[in-house]
Amino acid sequence: MAVKFDIQNLNAWFGSKHVLKDINMKIEENAVTAIIGPSGCGKTTFVRCLNRMHEIIPGALVSGKVLFNGINIYDNGVDPVMVRRKIGMVFQKPNPFPMMSIYDNVAAGLKLNGVRDKKILDAAVRRSLELANLWDEVKEDLGKSGASLSGGQQQRLCIARALAVEPEVLLMDEPCSALDPIATAKIERLIRKLAENYTVVIVTHNMQQAARVSDYTAFLYLGELIEYGPTKQIFENPKHELTERYLTGEFG
Amino acid sequence: MDYYKFRVVKDRLVKFLVYLALLSALVPLFSMLYEVVMRGFSTINIEFFIKPTPTVGEAGGGVANAIQGTLITIGLASLIGVPIGLMSGIFLSEYGESKLSVAVRFLHDVLSGVPSIVIGVFAYALITRSIGFSVTAAAFALAIIMIPIVTRTTEEALKLVPMNIREAAIALGIPRWKTTITVVISGAKKAIVTGILLSIARIAGESAPVLVSMGFWRWWFAGLNRPVANLALNVFIFAMSPFENWIALAWGSALVLVLLVLGISIAARVLTRERC
Repeated sequence: MAVKFDIQNLNAWFGSKHVLKDINMKIEENAVTAIIGPSGCGKTTFVRCLNRMHEIIPGALVSGKVLFNGINIYDNGVDPVMVRRKIGMVFQKPNPFPMMSIYDNVAAGLKLNGVRDKKILDAAVRRSLELANLWDEVKEDLGKSGASLSGGQQQRLCIARALAVEPEVLLMDEPCSALDPIATAKIERLIRKLAENYTVVIVTHNMQQAARVSDYTAFLYLGELIEYGPTKQIFENPKHELTERYLTGEFG
Repeated sequence: MDYYKFRVVKDRLVKFLVYLALLSALVPLFSMLYEVVMRGFSTINIEFFIKPTPTVGEAGGGVANAIQGTLITIGLASLIGVPIGLMSGIFLSEYGESKLSVAVRFLHDVLSGVPSIVIGVFAYALITRSIGFSVTAAAFALAIIMIPIVTRTTEEALKLVPMNIREAAIALGIPRWKTTITVVISGAKKAIVTGILLSIARIAGESAPVLVSMGFWRWWFAGLNRPVANLALNVFIFAMSPFENWIALAWGSALVLVLLVLGISIAARVLTRERC
């Protein structure tokens, strides 16, 4: 397997609170990796460490290495802005830019990074919206406000926005937790489609979702990586007692 | 049942007191407005808006030079005060978790509590004494009054922009400063403009710092190192003069000033309403 992320001794803190403890894991390219675990176990912090979003919170600290394509993104001289262009992110709550149209939302990443050519922007907007399975629903009103869409559409708009800057990885932090089952199913199908060309890391506290969409599953508990492996194996034959207890709903 | 009646009585009593308080607050406001409008209105005619201050004993005349002077002073003050206030507000909201920002926030609180005449004396010492009584000195004093207001409203407006909007932009690989000036400020634009308008309304009627740093002037604008006429000072100087014509102009100036401030405040209100 091709390794996209090689995470070595990753630790993270909020002030004095130690939220991730010595995480070591490799994430495979062009696959879906799910991060599961009870609330507060560090799932979100973990994915935010993969594109250096953790450090924008005051008091947040990271140590250890995250090798992305073999390069440690925490090395001196690595620009976090460039890291985030390669590693896109979709958040728990859909967060389209409220003052911008659908078109401008998708084009924002390119426009603000200096792309002016209307043809390039048009093509990128269309390609991204098609990829996010949203094009057919919004092609008539690209000028409308992004906030006028439904929750599920907004989340797909956010996925299109992240895809427009052509990242290699998409980090998704509970992308369906604010959505109804139909919108959730659409996003899950989309995630499977994206895995053909992108590396997807998805945080979820919905275990069925992890089982449905992911190739690999990591179980975090109290900041530690308890178990990590192919999803089928984790769900059918967990090696660790804690994993089994969590999966059977004993706690969580 | 008795207890129920007691509650009804209590409710009515409190309601009555609240309305009474409202009324006693409104009576002085409306009586002042009434007086200013009635007396000011009678002096207003075309000459009033196109002629400068008359000399003593001269009939007629107007406040055109004072309107010009007030607008120049406000404009100049905004030119100095708005950028500084905006930047400070952005600093406090976007980079505001350091010791420096605690100090900056505290100093702004202190500054907004400094009596305006003290700021006038400061402008006098710093500018008037070197270049003379001038519109520059007055604009400087008024800018200092504006800065804490603009800073605070900008900070509050930016803080209302949800964190997840900033994160969305940052996660797209947009640098922090670009995120701030595009995504964050555009989300708070109207509230920021409202704050700026209110700060302008506030300084438009200031008289004490203007008097100390620039003084009274009866003529047209004559350069940045000279004074200009000013509506608030017209009210102050004319009202205390013994000449009937000047006293009438004081009422006229007061009316123009009230309308100017009212206009700005209404513009600010309209902007705030559109936001919702």
